[in-house]
Amino acid sequence: MVAFFTQNPFGIVLLILGQALLILVPLLIALAFLMYVDRKVWAAVQMRRGPNVVGPWGLLQSFADFIKYIVKEIVIPAGADRAVFIIAPLLTFVVAVIAWAVIPFNPGWVLADVNVAVLYVLAISSLGVYGVIMGGWASNSKYAFLGALRSAAQMISYEVSMGLIIIGVILSTGSLNFGEIVRAQEGGYGLFNWYWLPHLPMVVLFFVAALAETSRPPFDLPEAETELVAGFFVEYSSTPFLLYMIGELMNVVLMCALLSILFFGGWLSPIPGLPDGVLWLIAKMAFWFFMFAMVKAIIPRYRYDQLMRLGWKVMLPLSLGWVLIVAFLAKFEVFGGFWARWALGA
Amino acid sequence: MDAGFLREYLPILLFLGLAVVIGLVLVLASVIVAVRNPDPEKVSAYECGFNAFDDARMKFDVRFYLVSILFIIFDLEVAFLFPWAVAFGDIGMIGFWSMIAFLVILTVGFAYEWRKGALEWQ
Repeated sequence: MVAFFTQNPFGIVLLILGQALLILVPLLIALAFLMYVDRKVWAAVQMRRGPNVVGPWGLLQSFADFIKYIVKEIVIPAGADRAVFIIAPLLTFVVAVIAWAVIPFNPGWVLADVNVAVLYVLAISSLGVYGVIMGGWASNSKYAFLGALRSAAQMISYEVSMGLIIIGVILSTGSLNFGEIVRAQEGGYGLFNWYWLPHLPMVVLFFVAALAETSRPPFDLPEAETELVAGFFVEYSSTPFLLYMIGELMNVVLMCALLSILFFGGWLSPIPGLPDGVLWLIAKMAFWFFMFAMVKAIIPRYRYDQLMRLGWKVMLPLSLGWVLIVAFLAKFEVFGGFWARWALGA
Repeated sequence: MDAGFLREYLPILLFLGLAVVIGLVLVLASVIVAVRNPDPEKVSAYECGFNAFDDARMKFDVRFYLVSILFIIFDLEVAFLFPWAVAFGDIGMIGFWSMIAFLVILTVGFAYEWRKGALEWQ
């Protein structure tokens, strides 16, 4: 039986498919409830009740929405490029999903344990821009087209800073594998061993870049539901629209996972003595998702020129400068290799 | 290319296939379940109460090109930094200082762009 799953090609494929479903199904179910949490937090900040009709405390709201999406008509505008119009949301969804292939949830709990995992996630998440551009172009509507341009410019502006911030973590670890990055944060002091302490300024920058990268408020200019129409997906309806929404929320959760893994020790326990485990990772991701939801409720929207100025004139110089600082601190092993975990043989 | 290398990337390929299948199933479900009843008003492009004058794929601001060019430069730089950061412990002083020199040159270019107003957005 074991030989079938490790030797036989069909067995290997079946095993991998099983593992993939084991990641994807809980993830999609979690997304349904995270959508609910997002709305509940937003409602609570504004002293509203939020969704409370479908199921106990409105818990099944997302599932009702899902059925509603399915039974809606797919409207394809007359001037649209039909093939690209359908492919664009599919691309956004697929790209958002497959980035999860290299995220480790526990020691060894990773679908594809590749040694260039960080590079892979960066590469895949930059492909998300194509879904936006294709959707906006194919719709043949001015709102969609301009929204897509703005959205794409915003995403690529903040991607550079995000890459530079991650370089700092790589400098400390000496590996592109997420598992290695988490193991480098192990030590006798619990949460004080994690990278948030040596890379503290970058945690803030990464969070801001993550908000901009996923077009979350306060950087949701392309959508700005309350002022403009919804930007690049104004012409979308039914399940193609749903695919965009799932893709976007999946990217938000991916950013929560990256924050937890890069700076907050992934599955490691914050208190020495307590067992490590996947529950810690889930707790950290839940905390960061709560922060995403709170920012949405609290902070007013940026103007577009402010957004571009923040991206190019604040985020980029700061992250570039920090790479230089970390390089020096790691090279000369300041504070006994606080920034150079590879030097400690960790 | 040995089999072990391919074995590492096989899960990603299968995951990709699974994601495509789920996405297609969702789209097809709506195609099958939902009624389709298009009329000229419903399929016209969204506008503020009048018919669209012309094709929406129009001329747009050149600054979007500028942003994408800047992006290519800096993303390429990040791509250069990745192998350097991974091998940081092994490359010694020459590798360290040559990358610092590269970063300084790039920073000079960045300062020039800034002074020239390439980063302005009114």
